[in-house]
Amino acid sequence: MFELIKLRKRHGRPVIPDVLGAAVPPPFRGFPLLTEARCPDGCEACVRACPTGAVRKGPLRLDLGACVFCGDCESACPAGAIRFSPGHRLGATRRDSLVVDSSIRASDYAGSAVESRREIRRLFGRSLKLRQVSAGGCNGCEMELSACNNVNFDMSRFGIDFVASPRHADGLVLTGPVSRNMAPALRDAYHSLAEPKIVVAVGACAISGGLFAESPDVDRSFFNDAPVDLHIPGCPTHPLSFIRAVCDFLGRAGGRADDYRTGVIRSR
Amino acid sequence: MSGKFLNIIHGQTARRADIPLLEIADFRQAAVAAVLQNGRIAAFFGHPLPDSQIELIAVLANDASGSLDVARTIAGKNGERYPALTPDCPQAHWFEREIAEQWGLIPEGHPWLKPIRFHAPYQPGRAPAPASAPLPGVTDYFSVKGEEIHEVAVGPVHAGIIEPGHFRFQCHGEQVFYLEIELGYQHRGIERRLRAGPDNKTIHYIETASGDSSIAHATAYCHAIEALSAARIEAGAQVLRGIALELERLANHTGDLGALAGDIGFLPTASYCGRIRGDLLNMTAILCGNRFGRGLVIPGGTAYTPEASAIRELNSRLDTAERDITSAVELLWQTGSVMARLEETGRLSAGDAQALGLVGPPARACGIPRDVRQDFPAGIFRYAQIPVSTWESGDVFARALVRWLEIQRSIAFIREQLPQACGPTGPDEALALEKDALTVALVEGWRGEVCHVALTDANGRIDHYKMVDPSFHNWFGLALAVRKNGISDFPVCNKSFNLSYCGFDL
Repeated sequence: MFELIKLRKRHGRPVIPDVLGAAVPPPFRGFPLLTEARCPDGCEACVRACPTGAVRKGPLRLDLGACVFCGDCESACPAGAIRFSPGHRLGATRRDSLVVDSSIRASDYAGSAVESRREIRRLFGRSLKLRQVSAGGCNGCEMELSACNNVNFDMSRFGIDFVASPRHADGLVLTGPVSRNMAPALRDAYHSLAEPKIVVAVGACAISGGLFAESPDVDRSFFNDAPVDLHIPGCPTHPLSFIRAVCDFLGRAGGRADDYRTGVIRSR
Repeated sequence: MSGKFLNIIHGQTARRADIPLLEIADFRQAAVAAVLQNGRIAAFFGHPLPDSQIELIAVLANDASGSLDVARTIAGKNGERYPALTPDCPQAHWFEREIAEQWGLIPEGHPWLKPIRFHAPYQPGRAPAPASAPLPGVTDYFSVKGEEIHEVAVGPVHAGIIEPGHFRFQCHGEQVFYLEIELGYQHRGIERRLRAGPDNKTIHYIETASGDSSIAHATAYCHAIEALSAARIEAGAQVLRGIALELERLANHTGDLGALAGDIGFLPTASYCGRIRGDLLNMTAILCGNRFGRGLVIPGGTAYTPEASAIRELNSRLDTAERDITSAVELLWQTGSVMARLEETGRLSAGDAQALGLVGPPARACGIPRDVRQDFPAGIFRYAQIPVSTWESGDVFARALVRWLEIQRSIAFIREQLPQACGPTGPDEALALEKDALTVALVEGWRGEVCHVALTDANGRIDHYKMVDPSFHNWFGLALAVRKNGISDFPVCNKSFNLSYCGFDL
């Protein structure tokens, strides 16, 4: 008993108070800053280096939904036209918003890529229960999602939790490229969620297939009847990226709504 | 070990032509005999020859003598039969199921021949191809009959953030008589994507074999490529790789002890270890910008050289982490209610562990001093030894305690090596691989032995790449450990192994 109290004292209060304002320190590779003006004529070194075809030229653009944030394009570029910033706010509601070019700055992207609809705020703003399904994931994203509810990140302060059954969930969080062998179970889990429901695709594999987009052992037909409401890039996706994107989606970011002690939500 | 097999030196290559081509009967007999004499199967796989015959290659490891032995045999074409090793050598059972599934060969006499990953054969054969690929989990399960016997099916979608797999329990009341573990849901075809490489994707596939073992798999791959290209690796890079590997072990072992505490409802250690695990991942992120070490280890060296300030920061965080882990973990051993749940639960005998060829903490928790860092050292582990941590009792407690002993030793290793990690690192450009060669790379990941076998073709490209995650050896150990235990102890038994689904399924 006394040992427990001593331990409690020793470990203190490890929670990150302002988890929505927290930043990921460098050398974390987050939002890429593209400067096409620096590209040497005819150079395609970045395109050749990219393992997932996320980088394209004419004009220079990068698909955050396919990017594994390996930085191979940054190292291959002779002119510094691609630089990864530590910006972790990578989420986007629309798939095409994930393709960024030289005109998009990190702050513009972070401020606008996740749209918060009134309907979503009304339904899930105070409580969002999520069911996680891994379909061919490498357990990297899965472990980072688990970390979202550890005592550091403490995502539950926002009323966002992972639950044990699809029947208890408002949303499905998908990781992995959808292996052919998980496709039926994923579909079953999705259909077990009551309407209205949302789908969150986490990590390069889930969003685009990532490295496995061309694999014959992958079956992505699930997305034909399950529209994705929120895409959160990463490889794996950082817990802060996930929490911030979901909170932006729910209209929970900014002002007193961040207060973990009260959990008060401001009406909008 | 066996005169019929070719002895190769870990970290070097063998010409494929020099690998003895044995008759199947000799191959079988020599392999079975070697395993009986304290050997074990590190890898056993098939690959197609140009005439569509399937060549089987076995890599046997003898931990005591630190020797690796290789031989091959031609087992026939898709649809043909060969005498199975499994009846005389239980640890071959999953390897032979894999061979049967991939190449359509039938290991005659295999006691439980079923798919393991549920995919269509890689090569068309004599048998008419099925209309569609097999459905995962749709198969015959071992069943027990009796009036009060009931069956419990769990998965593939589990109640938590965890990968998919299917567990089929045969129970009598609360007691588990038999557990069958059916995997394959995570199969995404990594090995086949590596053929004709290396290319700009290869290292990324390797790193995603099992995300929590990114460093272990990347290091094994780099050892294989570097052996094939006779590359010299800077000492600083070897040190950095070793530090990253031990940080990976620290993070996962700490997370596992926390998760074990969580499974028995002991929240203080569960909460603190979960948090400390994050601190340890952040230490890896200081080295390379990724909490799982993605992009750090590359063929020829490491992609990053830590600044002196980063080394200082790591040192100070290591001190804090050590104090935090010590206080959180020692509480487990001091708490009677925790010990009551860990001791005598999920006990595995040393004999069974030896017969199944278990690796990593589950083997060491049965008193088997098996550790690649000692038996087949490569890189920094040739110069800096980490004592092997073992315990005798083979139960959940032993697997937890072995993790705690390893945590302490990994911390000491990292502390000792950090000052040397500042050395120059950096890859050589474009490594050219030896032609028609084979190499075996072993790395002690936090789960146990990661084994990669690379075969090159006449152009110096990868002809076949075999990855054996420690989970491939160990899943059946879990199935044995839960027998005669209450089914409610399954989670704690499962967590004490904490095996990889994706590393098995590939």
